[in-house]
Amino acid sequence: MAAALQTETLCKSFGALTVAQNIDFRLEAGDRHALIGPNGAGKTTFVNMLTGVVRPSSGRILLGGEDVTHVKQEARVKRGLGRTFQITSLFRSLPVLDNVALAVAERRGTAHRVWKPASSHAEVRDESMELLATLGLPDDGLTRVADLPYGKQRLVEIAIALGLRPKVLLLDEPAAGVPSEESHRILGTLEKLPADIAILIIEHDMDLVFRFARRITVLVQGEVLVEGAPDEIAKDRRVHQVYLGEQQHG
Amino acid sequence: MILYVIAVGLSVTMGLMGFINLAHGVFAMAGGFILSYGMQRFGIPFPLGLILAFVLVALASIVLERLLYSRLYAAGELAQVLFTIGLIFASIAIARLVYGTGTAPVFLPDYLTGQVHILGRDFPAYRVFLILFSSILIVSLWLGVERTRWGAMVRAAVDHRAMAQSVGINTKLLFLLTFALGSGLAGLGGALGADILPVHWGYPLEHLVYFLIVVSIGGLGSLRGPFIAALLIGIADTACKYWIPELGAFLVYAATIGILLWRPQGLFGIRV
Amino acid sequence: MSGYTVDPRIRWTEYLPWLIALAGFFLLPEYLALGARILIFILFALSLDLILGYGGIITLGHSAFFGLGAYTAGILSAKLGVTDNFVQMAAAAAAAALLGALTGAVILRTKALTLLMLTLAITAILLEVANKMSSLTGGADGLSGVVVDPILGLFRFDIFGKTAFLYCLVVLFLSWFVVRRIIYSPYGAMLTGIRENTARMHAIGAPVYWRLLVIYTISAMLAGIAGALLTQVNQFVGLNVLGFEVSGELLVMLILGGVGRLYGAFVGPAVYLVAQDYLAKQFPEYWYFGIGALLIVVVLFAPGGILGLMDKWLRPFKQKRSAKASAR
Repeated sequence: MAAALQTETLCKSFGALTVAQNIDFRLEAGDRHALIGPNGAGKTTFVNMLTGVVRPSSGRILLGGEDVTHVKQEARVKRGLGRTFQITSLFRSLPVLDNVALAVAERRGTAHRVWKPASSHAEVRDESMELLATLGLPDDGLTRVADLPYGKQRLVEIAIALGLRPKVLLLDEPAAGVPSEESHRILGTLEKLPADIAILIIEHDMDLVFRFARRITVLVQGEVLVEGAPDEIAKDRRVHQVYLGEQQHG
Repeated sequence: MILYVIAVGLSVTMGLMGFINLAHGVFAMAGGFILSYGMQRFGIPFPLGLILAFVLVALASIVLERLLYSRLYAAGELAQVLFTIGLIFASIAIARLVYGTGTAPVFLPDYLTGQVHILGRDFPAYRVFLILFSSILIVSLWLGVERTRWGAMVRAAVDHRAMAQSVGINTKLLFLLTFALGSGLAGLGGALGADILPVHWGYPLEHLVYFLIVVSIGGLGSLRGPFIAALLIGIADTACKYWIPELGAFLVYAATIGILLWRPQGLFGIRV
Repeated sequence: MSGYTVDPRIRWTEYLPWLIALAGFFLLPEYLALGARILIFILFALSLDLILGYGGIITLGHSAFFGLGAYTAGILSAKLGVTDNFVQMAAAAAAAALLGALTGAVILRTKALTLLMLTLAITAILLEVANKMSSLTGGADGLSGVVVDPILGLFRFDIFGKTAFLYCLVVLFLSWFVVRRIIYSPYGAMLTGIRENTARMHAIGAPVYWRLLVIYTISAMLAGIAGALLTQVNQFVGLNVLGFEVSGELLVMLILGGVGRLYGAFVGPAVYLVAQDYLAKQFPEYWYFGIGALLIVVVLFAPGGILGLMDKWLRPFKQKRSAKASAR
């Protein structure tokens, strides 16, 4: 059975700087997988390669068994790959509802319609409102994103990605910058995500990682150090060294 | 080659400050006017006129930068484009008011006129001088950027402004100085080129496309890029006018489009 | 103004422009020529707003489409003897749309400065062509002898400019209707998304390039129609329709009114052209300086244009009204 998302010996170098080396990675449908590692380990570059923003130097990427290594970003989205951004990338001066509706409309294929007014597309509006409700933002539809507190903005990030009904969801530090009282909301949202989606989450918040993930991959300097269940990782000496070693330097 | 001198300042300014300064041609025009006026009115010698063109324009650009440009660094491309267009309009109006509709004559000193005999062929002395001058310029610029501390700071700031700031580089001052240098060079270029590209009130608009072409093809922020680009354009333009006069400037435009399609970041630009 | 949360029904303020235009027709018959010019430039500004205000593409080359439309109509009439106004207009629209599609395909692959420069280059090329092919275009002297049949066989272009004015008004109205529909549609919302955050649009699977190409073509077509109108009304077309000054002035008009908000394209040209008509005659040397200074001032202090300023002044009243409403 083909994995939901898979990479084979994925490599990336920017000139003399190697940021990814022989990454073999596998994500099955319904997985809850976390990618952790010290700063600069190449996690975001990895995600950028998965989504098609950055082209790998060598290796293959397979989405649902199909080779998408040379497929453009938009096409990968259409095939079911969704992502959120580490630094919020929203439509700031637009209302929250529009942010989500844009994604929903793209998925439904109605985004290019020119004749009927957007606000009369009830299916898109309703679906967007539902999505906002499941994420705990039922009353924020009309608020401009720029006026929302940061924690809620991170939730809108997730809402947009969900609007695409992805089969694979890549979450790049969903709790980044969110004050710790609010990060439980993020966790709660993550736990309620549909069970059949394959989810890969990049995070530094270890609390969130260990509560959410069923498998963890540790990436150090562009290479996979170790992969396993949370309790294995927690006990692994090399992982401790990587993090402790970092603390000693920093 | 004139294009190079003028455009290199634009390339650095835009590459460094990320500021779309369409009014760059205004500085060039100012330089040309200064030289012409200085020589005519005050009888100053050519070299001094060139130096004055550089210095005065650089100073003026500092004033403009502090007063106006610096407010728009974060304002987005549209605001910058509009602002610089406004500057162009205002400047050409002033130029026309002050100088009238004629061109500013520049009389080259005797030692630069006439022909020079090189390798069995005659070349106009002034053009040879220009090529030599530009070559010296690019070498000194290159040395300055690659070898000095100032150059290193400029490069760091181009690569990553926030990082450079946190390392303690005074980016505001750096920008100011670099902008002054770039604008001064434009003034110098305008003065140098006054013989070939006549200086008149419509100057900044007339040659705007060419400046932009040189910068785009050369690649923003690079020093070599505009040099090669200006060289190519100069050659193509002359060749075209010589062999196929009906086509005029077409070849240059067509080549521009072609090159940019192939390499959208320019020949030597940083790939985004 | 676009989006999934806005009410698309026509507000009462949207009737104002048309009422003002009709009032002008009846009350200011000496100014109908200026009025027609204003209407034409409103259409031109609308076309630019589509691509600039909504698509976020900064272009200085819109006069290329305007000029092409103008010359197409002119050449059809003066050189090929086609005098039916609808045919002239359709041809102008088609030519401009074609140029828009072809050039858009190229330049939309580039960004910011390069794009800007290419738009300038394209206009420069067209200007060269028009200049060189003087047998067809009349070169620097311009093309006169443009003849337009009475519209629908009934309405002759009279010397008072009445027909011209109403003709432009009708064309503008139809175009406005189309543009308004586009803006309020999902396509318009999507364009706003592209303008706001292009990277995000890519990340939600939107084929940004193609969507922009479509709107660029539509925008070019509208600009071409405006150009044709100019030729038909003036029965003349000269090289100045292709100059940078036209693109620059259009940009000023749009900024003056307010970018990205449908009616900025109405307010801007009206204010600009009226001012130009009055001031440029009084102080011609200072006009360009004034425009330059105005542009600088607007950019620095009032980037939303006139409508943006009005928004700011009216906001306290709007807030009071909603505060009262919620207090009840």
